[in-house]
Amino acid sequence: MRKYTPKDNVQKKSYHTDRFWTAPRVPQESVEEGSHFADVVNAMGDLAKEAFVSLGQLVVWIDATKNKEALSLLRDECGYVQCSELSAVDYLAQDGEFEIFYQLLNISNASRVRVKCRIKEGEAIESITTIFKSANFAEREMFDMFGIYVNNHPYLKRILMPEDWQGHPLLKTYPLQGDEFASWYEVDKIFGKEYRDIIGPENRDPSRIDKDDTKRFSRVGYEVPFGAEPTDTPTPIEYSETTLVDYNKSSTQLDERR
Amino acid sequence: MAQHQVNYASTAGLPIALTSVDKLVNWGRSNSLWPLTYGLACCAIEMMASGASRYDFDRMGTIFRASPRQADVMILAGTLSKKHAEFARRLYDQMSEPKWVISMGSCANTGGMFNTYATVQGVDRIVPVDIYLPGCAPRPETLQYALMMLQKKIRRESADMKKNQKQNLRLI
Repeated sequence: MRKYTPKDNVQKKSYHTDRFWTAPRVPQESVEEGSHFADVVNAMGDLAKEAFVSLGQLVVWIDATKNKEALSLLRDECGYVQCSELSAVDYLAQDGEFEIFYQLLNISNASRVRVKCRIKEGEAIESITTIFKSANFAEREMFDMFGIYVNNHPYLKRILMPEDWQGHPLLKTYPLQGDEFASWYEVDKIFGKEYRDIIGPENRDPSRIDKDDTKRFSRVGYEVPFGAEPTDTPTPIEYSETTLVDYNKSSTQLDERR
Repeated sequence: MAQHQVNYASTAGLPIALTSVDKLVNWGRSNSLWPLTYGLACCAIEMMASGASRYDFDRMGTIFRASPRQADVMILAGTLSKKHAEFARRLYDQMSEPKWVISMGSCANTGGMFNTYATVQGVDRIVPVDIYLPGCAPRPETLQYALMMLQKKIRRESADMKKNQKQNLRLI
C-alpha cells in the first residue's frame, strides 16, 4: 500500500479566519522572590533555561539532553515525587520540533511543576522510567501517538493502537478519519485484501439514506423483502401486533408520510 | 364424576399436537435465545440492566452465557474499535450455528459520533447483522423489543440453515 503523504499542511492553515481574533494566552508571571518556586529554580541552577509561573504552576524550560538530571533533582531535592503526566505537542509545521512536557506533583505541599523541553524531528529522548515508574506507559503512549523514540525504555511498544498499525495518530498531519491503511485495517486483518471489493469502502456519512438500497434500508410505506427491487406501490404499515387498533386504516398523517 | 384417564400409553391414546418441523424447531430456538456476555462500551450497561431483575430477560428465556460455544445471539453493545474488530469476529466465529447478531446503539450501527480513524464504521463490516437497534444508548425496553423482533424473525425462518443463508444473501 502507498504510504500516506498529506497534501495539505493542516497546521499552517489557521482555524480562525477573523482577522481581529488573537489566540488567548495564559498569563505568565515571574517567579516570586522567597517563594517555594524560587527555591526550586535556585536548586535547578543552570539546568533551568527559563522559568515562570502560569496559573499557579511553575513552568521550567530545560535542555532535552538533560531531562534525567533535571527530573531526578526535582524528585530528590524538591520533593516532586510523582510524575502525573508526560507527553508531547506537535510543532513540526511551525518549528520542525516536538515539545515534550513532564507534569510533576509535590504531594507534601500540593504544588506542581511542568518541565518542558524541545526535540527536533527524528531525535530521540532519554527515558525517565528509572526516576518515575509511571513514565513507562506514558512514554509508550508518546511513542505510539507521535512516533518519538525513547532511549533505554524497558519495553517500547505501541500501547493504544494495534502493533501492526501504520502512522502516528496524534501528529497534526494524520487525518482524523484515517488514511488508506486505517480505512481498510479491519477488513485486511480479518478477511484479507481480496474482500475489500465485497465489503466496500467505509461510509463516513452516518445520516446517509439510499432508497434504492433495500439491503440496508427499509423505506417507510414501501417495504420490500431483503435485497428485492425497490417498488413504488405502497405497502400497509404495521406498527404493532395488537388487534384492537387498526393501524392500516387510511389517515391523513400516514398518507402524508407516504 | 369424571373418570380421569391417567395412563395414556397403555391404551395407545397419546395426545397429539400437529405441527411442522420448522415451527417446532423455531419455537425452541426463538424461546431460548442465549446471548453472549459481551459488552464493548456504555451500551453494555443498558444490556446488563436488561438482563437484571428490573427488566428481566430471563422471563423471555434469554440467559446470558459467558462462553461463545454456548451462545447463539451476539449483542454487539457499544463502540467497536479497529483494534478489537479482530476479536469480535473471532468470538462470532466461535459461536455455533444457528447464530444471530444484534447491533446495539449508534456506534455499533454506523460508528456513531466516533467518525475517526480508530472506530469501525458499523459492525456490519465485520459480522452479518440481523437487527439494528438505534439509540445512544438504547433503553432496556428497546433491547427487549429488538429481541422480540429477532424472535419474530426466527419464527419466520426455515429450520434448515442453508435455506436461510440463501434467502438472506449473506455474503460474509
